[in-house]
Amino acid sequence: MSTIAHSNDPTHGHSLHTHDPAHGHDVHGHHHKETFITKYIFSQDHKMIAKQYLFSGMLMALIAAGLSLLFRLQLGWPDRTFPWLESIIGEWGKGGRLDPNFYLSLVTLHGTLMVFFVLTAGLSGTFSNLLIPYQVGARDMASPFINMLSYWLFFLSSVIMLASLFVESGPASAGWTIYPPLSALPQAIPGSGLGMTLWLISMVLFIASALMAALNYITTILNLRTQGMKMTRMPLTVWSFFCTAILGVLSFPVLLSASLLLVFDRSFGTSFYLSEIYIAGEALTRTGGSPILFQHLFWFLGHPEVYIVMMPALGLTSEIIATNARKPIFGYRAMVGSLLGISFLSFIVWGHHMFITGMNPFLGNVFMILTLVIAVPSAVKVFNYLATLWRGNIRFTPAMMFAIGVVSLFISGGLTGIYLGNAALDINLHDTYFVVAHFHIVMGSASMFGMLAGVYHWYPKMYGRMMNEKLGYLHFWLTFASVYLVFFPMHFMGLDGVPRRYYQFTGFEFMTEWMDMNRFISVSAIMATVAQLIFFYNFFHSMRRGRVASQNPWGSTTLEWTTPVERLHGNWPGEIPHVHRWPYDYSRPGAPQDFIMQTVPDEDLPMAVRGRPTNEAVSGAGVPERVTASTDRPVSASSVFFARFLHRIGLRRA
Amino acid sequence: MNRSMPSGSSVNSARSAVHPREFLMWGFLVSVFMLFAGLTSAFIVRRADGNWLQFELPQAFAISTLLVVISTVTLELARKAARRNEFSALRAWLLATAVLGMAFLASQFYAYLQLTGQGIFLVGNPSGSFLYVISGVHALHIVAAVLAVLVTLYRAYRWEVHSKSLLGLRILAIFWHFLTILWLYLYTFLWWMH
Ligand code: HEM
Ligand SMILES: [Cu+2]
Repeated sequence: MSTIAHSNDPTHGHSLHTHDPAHGHDVHGHHHKETFITKYIFSQDHKMIAKQYLFSGMLMALIAAGLSLLFRLQLGWPDRTFPWLESIIGEWGKGGRLDPNFYLSLVTLHGTLMVFFVLTAGLSGTFSNLLIPYQVGARDMASPFINMLSYWLFFLSSVIMLASLFVESGPASAGWTIYPPLSALPQAIPGSGLGMTLWLISMVLFIASALMAALNYITTILNLRTQGMKMTRMPLTVWSFFCTAILGVLSFPVLLSASLLLVFDRSFGTSFYLSEIYIAGEALTRTGGSPILFQHLFWFLGHPEVYIVMMPALGLTSEIIATNARKPIFGYRAMVGSLLGISFLSFIVWGHHMFITGMNPFLGNVFMILTLVIAVPSAVKVFNYLATLWRGNIRFTPAMMFAIGVVSLFISGGLTGIYLGNAALDINLHDTYFVVAHFHIVMGSASMFGMLAGVYHWYPKMYGRMMNEKLGYLHFWLTFASVYLVFFPMHFMGLDGVPRRYYQFTGFEFMTEWMDMNRFISVSAIMATVAQLIFFYNFFHSMRRGRVASQNPWGSTTLEWTTPVERLHGNWPGEIPHVHRWPYDYSRPGAPQDFIMQTVPDEDLPMAVRGRPTNEAVSGAGVPERVTASTDRPVSASSVFFARFLHRIGLRRA
Repeated sequence: MNRSMPSGSSVNSARSAVHPREFLMWGFLVSVFMLFAGLTSAFIVRRADGNWLQFELPQAFAISTLLVVISTVTLELARKAARRNEFSALRAWLLATAVLGMAFLASQFYAYLQLTGQGIFLVGNPSGSFLYVISGVHALHIVAAVLAVLVTLYRAYRWEVHSKSLLGLRILAIFWHFLTILWLYLYTFLWWMH
C-alpha cells in the first residue's frame, strides 16, 4: 500500500514518465524509454490499443463495404458484364461476370467482417478500451498485458480471415451463420474447403481475443473505480460496456463449443451435425447427427451477439445525447435497468431465429413471448432518449446528429423485429429480404452510427484536435439518406417473398418485378460507401490539420475531460481525481456553468446548487428530477419513472 | 511476478477485497463453465432426438475421479506449507499434485483404450463422439493446469512462493479445484446419461 501514497504524490521527484504507474513495474526506479515498438505496436496503453482497434475496425469496414459493392453490382445488373472485374478478382470475375460461388463467399465474408470484426471488435474494442479507464478513473486496464494480447490475437484472426479471400477454392460461403451441413462438407460447395477451415481458425482466435478483452473490461470496472465512483455514478457508456462484456463472457464460449463440434465433423469424421445426406445422388455414410443442434448452439451466441453489437452504440448515444441536449439523461436508473433487462432477456430468445425448424409449437410460443418482452426494455431506452431530447438546449454537432440517427434507426429496425418475433408471421418472412432489412437497420446501421458518433465525439480526446464539422454534416446527411434508401425498400421485397442470399433474381416473375428496385438499392449502396470516404478524409486530415481541441470541448461532466489534452501514459499527471456526483449534472440553475463536472464537490458550488437536484433544479424542462445517483434516499425507479411519464404527457403537475 | 500489479490496483483505491488477477481467473472460469454448459446441453438436445447408442462408461473414469480428488488435497497441503514457509514440504506437495494430474491424464487415456475395446470410437454414433470430445476438452484444461503447477514448482525452487507471496498459488488453486469440480460434474452428468 505504500506504493499508493508514493505514486500519487505529485511532489515526488520523478517525472511522470520515469515512474509511470500505468506500467505495472515496481514503482521504485526502473527508468525505461519507450521505443517505437512499445509505443505504437506492442503497446499496453489502453488509449493506444483503442486506436489500434479503431484503425483495424475502419480498415475492415472499408473492405467489408467493398465486398458488398461487388455483390450489389451483381444484384443490380445481373444482365451486364463488367470486364474490369476480372482484373480485380481474377478467376472469380471471368468474362466480367461474378462467379455464383464467389457471390456466396462475398456475402459470407461481408457479414462476418461487419458483425464480428467491425461492430464487435472495432466498436467495443475502441470505445471500451478508450473510455472504461478514463471514465471510471483508472490509470489503465486491470491487466494491460492481457489487453495487448487480446488486440494481437484479434489482429492475427483478422489476417487469417482476410487471407481466406485468396484461397484457390474461395473463402467460406455458407453465410455468416455457417450452418452445417453446407459448411461441414467440403464436397458441398467449394467454399466449404480450405476457406471454411480458415474461417474457423480465425473465429477461434477471435473468440479468445474477445474473451480476454471482456474479462479485462469487467475486472477494470468492478475493481479500479476511483474514489467516489459508485456504480450508480458511472456514465451509461460504462454501464453499456459492462453489460456487453458480460454477454460476451457468457455467450462466446458457446460459439466455441459449436465451432469445436463443427471442426470435428469437418476434419475428424464425426457426425454431430450430419445425418441422412445425399450429395450428388449418393448417400453419405455419416448419420446420427442433427443440423438443428448447430442452430441452437449458434443462436445461443448469435442473439446475445446482436446486443453485444448494439449496446455499446446505445451507451455512446446516451452520453452524447445528454451532453449535447445539455440535460440530464432522462431516467438514469431506467436506462441502467433496461440494459440489464436486455442483457438477461437476450439469453432466452434465441429460438426466434429457428421458428421454422419444426420446433414444438409450444416452445415456439414461449420464444415468441420472450422475444416480444425484449421489446419493452428496448422501448424504454427509446422513450428516454426522446424525453432527454425533448425541450433540450440541443447543439447539433456531427456526433449529436449521428446519435439522433441511432435513435431513428433503432426505432425503425426495432419495429420490424416485432413482426419477425411473431412465429406465425415469421413463417412468411423468414429468410426473405425483410429479415435483411430488419437487421441491417437495427444492427448494421444503428451500431455503425453509434460508432461514428463516438468517433466524432471523442476524436478530440484521441487526437487532441477537432474534426471538421462541415464535412461531418455532409457525411451524416449522405449516410443517413442512403442507409434508408438502401434498406427501407428491402422490407417490401421481403413482404413479397423475395428470398435472401440469391445470386440473381431473374428466374421467377415475381422476383424480376423487383429488378428496378434492386438497381436503385445498388446505386444507393454506392452512394453510402462514397459518403464514408468523406469521413475517412476528415478523419486523417483532421489528425494534422484539425482545430486544436481544448481540454473539455463539449462541456462534458465525465472524467476523461479532466485529463490533459496531450495524452499521458497513466492518464492523469497527478493524483486521480475523486468523484462527487453523477455524470449528468447539466443545466443546474444557479450553477456557474451549464454543467458540473463529476469531480466538483458540493463545497465548491453556490449554496443553492448543493445536494441532489431538486424539483425546480432541472428547470430546463421543469420536471421533477429526483431519481439521480446522488439521491441519498432510495427512490423507486419505476415510481419516479411513471410519475415523470405522467408529467410528460400532461397528466400530472410537477 | 512479484511486481506490484499494473496501474489501478496499486494506484486506485481498491474496490473489492479480491485481487484483480484473481478476479480475472474467476471470470475465465465462468467462460470455461459456459463452454462445457454448451457441450453438455448439446449432448442433452441431441440425445433427446433418439438414435442414440447406449454403452457402459469406462471404469477408468472412476480411477481418474479418485486421482483428481486426491490432487486437490495435495494442492491444499502445498498451500498450507507455503503459508508456513515449509519449503521442502511445499515442493513435495506441488510435485505430488503435478504427478497426480499427469496420472489423471494417463487414466483418461486408458479410458479411451477401454472405449475402443468396446467398439466405441470417436467416429460413429454421436453418443460416443460426445464422450470423447467432452472429456478431451476437459483433459486439455488439465494439461494447462499441470503446466501451471510445474511453473509454480519452478518458482518455489527459486524461493518465489512463500507466506508473503501467495497470490499465484491461490489463483492456481482456484483453477485446479474448479477443474476437479468440473470433472465431478461431467462424470456425474455422463453417468446419469448412460
Ligand atoms: C425489438 C427487438 C427485436 C426483435 C423482437 C427482433 C426479432 C428478430 C427475429 C424474430 C429475427 C429472426 C427473423 C428470421 O430469421 O426469420 C431477427 C433477426 C435478426 N435480428 Fe432482430 N429483433 C430485435 C432487435 C434486434 C436488434 C437490436 C438487433 C441488433 C442490434 C437485431 C439483429 C438481428 C439480426 C442480425 C438478425 C438476423 C440474423 C440472420 O438471420 O442473419 N435485432 N430479429
Ligand atoms: Cu435474435
